[in-house]
Parts: sequence; structure tokens; C-alpha cells
Amino acid sequence: MTTAVEQILERKAQAVVRDPAQAPAHDIREALFELEAKGEIIVQRVPEPYVEVTTKFGRTKKIPIEHTWHHKSCGQCGHIPGYSSSIFWLHRQFGLDYLDPTDQTSCTGWNYYASATSNAVAQAAVMVRNFAAAYETGYFPLIHCGTSYGHYKEVREQLVHHKELRDEVRRVLDKLGKPLVLPEEIVHYSEWVHVMRHKIAERQVVEMNMLTATVHPACHYYKIVVEDAIYDPEIYGGQRIATITALLETLGINVADYSTWFDCCGFGFRHILVQRDFTRSFAVLRKIETMKNEVNPDLTVTHDTGCVTTLDKSQFAAKAHERKVGIPVLSDAQVAALAMGAHPFRVLQLHWHSTDWRPMMEKLGIDWQKYWDEFEQDLEAIRKGSRKGITWEDADQPVVFTRSA
Amino acid sequence: MPTTMENWNPGKKQERYPNVPYAEKERLFLEVKSDPRYEDFLYGCYECGICVSACPSARFYDYSPRVIAQAMAREDIERIYEIMVEDIWNCAQCFSCVRCPRGNNPGGLVTLLREVAVRNGLQETREVLKGYSRVIYKVMLKGNQVSPDMLQPDFFPDWGPWVQQFSANMSVWRRAIPVDTLRGVTDAAWRVDSKTLRELYTIWFETGNMEIIKEVDEGLYDLLVEVMEEELEEG
Repeated sequence: MTTAVEQILERKAQAVVRDPAQAPAHDIREALFELEAKGEIIVQRVPEPYVEVTTKFGRTKKIPIEHTWHHKSCGQCGHIPGYSSSIFWLHRQFGLDYLDPTDQTSCTGWNYYASATSNAVAQAAVMVRNFAAAYETGYFPLIHCGTSYGHYKEVREQLVHHKELRDEVRRVLDKLGKPLVLPEEIVHYSEWVHVMRHKIAERQVVEMNMLTATVHPACHYYKIVVEDAIYDPEIYGGQRIATITALLETLGINVADYSTWFDCCGFGFRHILVQRDFTRSFAVLRKIETMKNEVNPDLTVTHDTGCVTTLDKSQFAAKAHERKVGIPVLSDAQVAALAMGAHPFRVLQLHWHSTDWRPMMEKLGIDWQKYWDEFEQDLEAIRKGSRKGITWEDADQPVVFTRSA
Repeated sequence: MPTTMENWNPGKKQERYPNVPYAEKERLFLEVKSDPRYEDFLYGCYECGICVSACPSARFYDYSPRVIAQAMAREDIERIYEIMVEDIWNCAQCFSCVRCPRGNNPGGLVTLLREVAVRNGLQETREVLKGYSRVIYKVMLKGNQVSPDMLQPDFFPDWGPWVQQFSANMSVWRRAIPVDTLRGVTDAAWRVDSKTLRELYTIWFETGNMEIIKEVDEGLYDLLVEVMEEELEEG
């Protein structure tokens, strides 16, 4: 190695010292409180108890532990429901107060990024309608979707900086009889999982130290309004987001690095729906095959709707072309729930995932067939009409896993 | 016609769309520029290419966020029109390009260009969005981008036999989800109150969003208006 390269490597090995006073971005909360003081908006405060964490440039962010209003994700609830049920299951295990509202729409950001068949006022109005709905209940928004989280952060910036946008949105909200409310923090569920990771590990019933995982950080979590994502000097020297990786390490999973970690998954918003040649190619060639070639992980873990869908579903066609694929894809919430004994099908809903997750379960020593047989009986009872469906009563109890032979 | 090193030379202007008057191209650009967000998204360009190196679309298409930032900064009307017609729908909207050391947001510029292309009903844009109408229908009416009943084998053949298995079991599988707001729901991602949907429809009408849909697909617009107005009247 040349001296210059050595110097760069040494510099990169040093933990980054974050000083909020030197941050290149402003603290949005100050602007929110100023607008509130002028009577323009209401700022919904983060309820206690909360945990303070450090963001990219060193400012602290409050992450609420409970009294949360769950802003669900349409992609998760529609196509990967085990993602959503794992988030709720974790809350229930800790006996935390939460609300799963029906007075919620999606952010409609997926459509906006896919087709642009909307505008800034409509997007802001959809966001603040949801925030007002949360405020009316007294519960604080916890955003499940990475795109909703990123989109809302950007729309919040626009509302703060453009009075004409605020005025127009206020006019629309008046028609709905709702106030213009913005939360003190915009919080992603993976930030909640992050601050809960030690409590999750305390109740871990599945040993996971035989697993190697790669992490795919979701673009809309940390590339939109970059200053609001969680970073920790202990995780990659503070050079990458701390969410997901810190959880996996706390659970004993070996996190393996790979060269294309910064690349997106290939979702593309409109591409995943109507132009998947791009999505499949990017997901396989730049993500899955790279992971496979470089570290051959047992699973890859991410924290957003589109990333789980894209990385999971793109592998089937690639397999047909004999590409080097076959990495199961889970969300951090699903991994956390599995560690605490969540049922693989009643809670994790693994049957909604396409890429084969069985080798991973077998490596964990979990007799997945036994739990699938159990779940099949549930399904049969539903088919016959002797049961209406599965409820939390059926799913809450953690499983004492039977080890496979 | 895709842009290549051979046919793109900003120093030597080639009118690739001579049938569209320059004044019309300029009008479209000025509409982009008049968006309040424009100044937040463009500060100039070093031509360093950091945005291109991070861009997924640049790896698979003849597409460059740097060219977009450059053309916008130079206010190159002809080139911007070409970008609007040929390039903007390649962007993956991941915002990897915001690594820009000048603080540009090329992905954001693409969003503005797309909005103007949609609002003005450019023929190329209507073509691009043709296969997308059923998604717009769902998001406008249900407030969800996707729902379980959209997972059909003929729409997702490349996702393998899993889609067929799901499709055959959708109703039962959906009832086997413990989350109260999801259980048994197949035409939306979760159960949404009628009042909430009426508020959403009010937002679409009040913000001019319905007029945007009209530009893209008039038949879809008529259908949406009929259903929404009926619901609003009942409420």
C-alpha cells in the first residue's frame, strides 16, 4: 500500500467527532418552535418516556418508547404483512401503549416518486392530515415506511421554508376542520427498534451467533434530509447509519461488510411496478450477487418496504438464469421478533417471502416444518369456517422453539 | 433517440425536436424554474460526477444526473426539453445523487421536471404512464399504493410460483394475520375509515390533484370523480 492509501485508511478508522455547533444543516426543531410561537403551527411534543440518540451531525433526537400512533406502510401491510405484525408484536411483548389507527392513509409518496401525478401542496396536505389525526388521539406518530419517513422529512423542510405552501395547506386543512400540526421529531420504527435493542437482547431466546448477515441501509432513510438519521461512533466509526447494524450486533449476529452497501436496491418506485427489468438487474447484479460473492451471508437485513420487496422478489428470475442468488431477506423488526421467539408464520409471516428462508431457519436450529404444520392447521380451520382468523391471542405468546435434527 | 457521446454535444446545438417551438420548450422550463423548490435543489455544478457514480439508473440506462444538473444550471432550453422527453422516467428516485458536494438535488430536479411533464400532458409522459393507471386508481381511491389483490400472476410473472400460490390463498392468508387493521383486508393494505377517505378525496380536489390525473388519463379521471363525488355526497 502507498502511504497516501495508508493515511486514508487510518483517517477512516478514526471515530468521527460530531459537533452540533459545526453542523452544516440547521436544527429543524428550532424553526418549528419559532413557527409555533408565531401561532402558525402546533408542534406535537415527543411523549415520555423517550431515549435520546445522536444523529449524523451530532444533534440529539428523541425517540419515543410508547404512546405511539403507528403510521403503517402500504407496501408492508399489502405485500409483506409479517413486517408490520413484527413491529406490533414487539410493542406487545414489552406491554407498551400504542395505537393502530384506521384514520390513516399512506403518505402517497411511492406514487409521487413513481409518477409525479401529484403536487407539493397535495403531498403536504396528505402528510399533515395524518399528523393531525395522530395529534387528535394524543398518540405520537411512529412511521413504519422508509419512504414515508424520508418524504415527510422533506415535506416538513418545504413547509418550514415556504410560507406560501403553509398558507395553502392551511386552507385545505381548514376545509377538513383540522389544525396544522407537525411532530417535534419524525421517527422511523427502525429508530425505535434501535433504542430498544438491549431490551430485545435481554429477552432473546434464539441464539443467532452462527449467522452472518449483510445490511442494506434504505436510501430514503438516510439520503433524504441526511441530518436526521441515527449515527453512532461505535458503528463503522460513525460513517454509516447505526440502525440495523447495532441491533444485529447486539443479537450476536456477525455483520459482514460488502462493497456496494451504498447502492440502492433497485426499487425505483415506478420500475418495481411497470419496468422491472431494471429493478431485477440492479437488485441482483449490484446487491445480491455482490453480497454472495464477497461474504456469502445467511441473510440480508434492511429496514424499508421497497428494499425487502425488491431484494426478495428479484431473486426468482435471476435463479432461473443461474445467477448466484439465494439470500433470504428480512426486516430488522422480523429479526428482532424471531430472536424473541415470535412464531415464524403467525407473526413473521415468512410464507409471504419468496427467497428460500429455510436454510437460515435450519442453521438457527429451528424446526420450521413443525411451525408450518401448526400454521397450516390454522389456515385449514379458517378455510372451513371454524375460525374467523388469527388474532393476537393466538400470536402473542412467544414460541419455545423445537430444534431441528 | 438516446443520448450518446456521438450525438450529444452541448457546444454544437442539435434540435432533436424541431417540431416543438422553442417558445414552448422555454415555457416548460420556466414552469419548472418557477417552482419554489427549484432554488433548494440547484446550486450549480462542479461536473465532478459524484452523483453519476452513485446513481443506479446511470449504470443501466443512458442517463446522467450530472447532465441534468448541468443543463438546468446553464438553462439550456433545448437540452432540458430532451431530458424531459427522454430521460426523466429512468430516474429511480433513490436520491443517492444528493451526495453532491455543491448541495444539488438532481433527483429533486427530476421530480420537478416530471411534475411539469405530467401537468402539461406531454405525449411521451402519457405513454410512459399508460401501464400505471391501475396503481393511480388504487392510490387515489384507497389511499394505498398497493394492496394484496394487486398481486396477480399475470402482473408479476417474474416473481415466480409464489404469486400463484398467494393468489390462490389470498383470502385465507389475509385472515391469518394477527394485526386487527389488516386481518381479512384484500382490496387495501389496511382498513381505512370512510371519513378518512372522504378527507383524502377533499385534498385531491382542493389541491388540483384531480386536474393532474385528467391530463394523464381522462377515462381514469372520469371514473375517479364519479366514485369520489358519490362518496363525498353520501358523507
